[in-house]
Amino acid sequence: MAKERLLTCIVCPRGCQMKVTLSDDGKPTAVEGNFCKRGATYANDECTNPKRTVTSTVRCKSGDVVSVKTDRTVPKGKMLEVMVEINSVLADDNVKIGDIIIENVCDTGANVVATSNH
Amino acid sequence: MKKDLVIIGGGPAGMAAAVAAHEAGVRDILILERDNALGGILRQCIHNGFGLHRFGEELTGPEYAYRYEKMVGELGIPYMLDTMVIEVSPDRVITAMNRENGIFTIEAGAVILAMGCRERPKGALNIAGHRPAGIFTAGTAQKFVNMKGYMPGKSVVILGSGDIGLIMARRMTLEGASVKAVCELMPYSGGLARNIEQCLNDFNIPLRLSHTVVNIHGRERLEGVTIARVDENRRPIKESEEYIPCDTLLLSCGLIPENELTKGAGITLDRVTGGASVNGERETAIEGIFACGNVLHVHDLVDYVSEESAIAGNAAAKYLQGKSNKEISVSLKTDGRVRYTVPQRLTEIANTSVYFRVADVYRDARIVVRDGDKVIISKKKQRLAPAEMEKVELTAEMISALSGGELSFSIEM
Repeated sequence: MAKERLLTCIVCPRGCQMKVTLSDDGKPTAVEGNFCKRGATYANDECTNPKRTVTSTVRCKSGDVVSVKTDRTVPKGKMLEVMVEINSVLADDNVKIGDIIIENVCDTGANVVATSNH
Repeated sequence: MKKDLVIIGGGPAGMAAAVAAHEAGVRDILILERDNALGGILRQCIHNGFGLHRFGEELTGPEYAYRYEKMVGELGIPYMLDTMVIEVSPDRVITAMNRENGIFTIEAGAVILAMGCRERPKGALNIAGHRPAGIFTAGTAQKFVNMKGYMPGKSVVILGSGDIGLIMARRMTLEGASVKAVCELMPYSGGLARNIEQCLNDFNIPLRLSHTVVNIHGRERLEGVTIARVDENRRPIKESEEYIPCDTLLLSCGLIPENELTKGAGITLDRVTGGASVNGERETAIEGIFACGNVLHVHDLVDYVSEESAIAGNAAAKYLQGKSNKEISVSLKTDGRVRYTVPQRLTEIANTSVYFRVADVYRDARIVVRDGDKVIISKKKQRLAPAEMEKVELTAEMISALSGGELSFSIEM
């Protein structure tokens, strides 16, 4: 028998309540309740390889902090590992918005980039 | 000093209003900002999720603010930082002060109020117990963590499920704190569904609906809180009391538009929104004084703040150019299920977005707009919730065809 999974979409503030039908081996076969295509993509990813953007801050040499994000989503299970990496580096004091602070963080393919000017 | 347009507040609302006014031809503009940089509260909202409507991409708060800061810079719109406005008079004389100039006044042709909002403080919550260190509003904690790099505590309870509280539950967890619970007095969350999912469910943080904090323990530093379930009248049930040890309590119990200057100018506030009552152009009861953003009513999304502020900026430009056109007088009425509308009245025949919030969670309901007995809009909604701002679009044709001076907004099952 097909299994179902209920999800709240996090792609936009609309927060669609979606129902995903899963095959016996756990693969999503149908998505209902999504308003847009991005919702279906999110639902498929969420059931196979859930991903998140990590946002945080990095300490600068002067002691201040600068805000950062991963420039693409990383596997949800790796968020805390990414945080450890983010908290272990020091950024330059002249860091500018968009500057790469960590390349390919934790082998996720995502870079950690500054989201503000210091 | 004399200025055509003075904008009070350099956050997302003030910057968007300034850009729109400039694009509409106003050149003599001044933004007054009390902080040491433009950007307002977005500067500390380092999470993503901003800008999907406005820019078609997902940005963090500082990135969204930077987009507008750049526009302000490129247009050469002047601003003064570290400058606190202390009074706005009904004839648009602004008294402000900063370290460089001391106290000074500006005679403004038009004023846009864009001061934003602040958090409901613990003093307003009437929680029993001591007042130890370790109790913060969620936004204060956000500033400590995101701007100062300082963690306010290690084990956390959050009272109130507003979006900032939810965002801080995730933020504190990512930085190594243990978030024990988010308690919400109401039977539904005060934040967006997506934030419940990605900030609480992702980290297995329990959301305790219909729960509140009834006692605070600890003398010097917070040691724990007693929480309890509440009945349908929101009264705590003694038997359900539960002690949770924690060193930090964050409060996310609502936002209040910051309208001291507005009141000082003699503008009466809408009792529901806590902001000025405005027409479709976001003009207050005093001609030439406009309001936009969270000082007018608290928004869920900055994208809508930008949209509303552009309306105010354009309208201020029209006023300064002598093109204001007050051709009608229609007041927008609500049924209680619709708690308020912004705007509260219409004075111009033009396409107008009407924003509102509802009083409770309603399922399979209709948003109905009536001109007398005649239904002019009926929109089906699967779910309406107080945490989610709604909007309906009135067209110029609808407005010009109105038979009376009233439009009523209701939720019907």
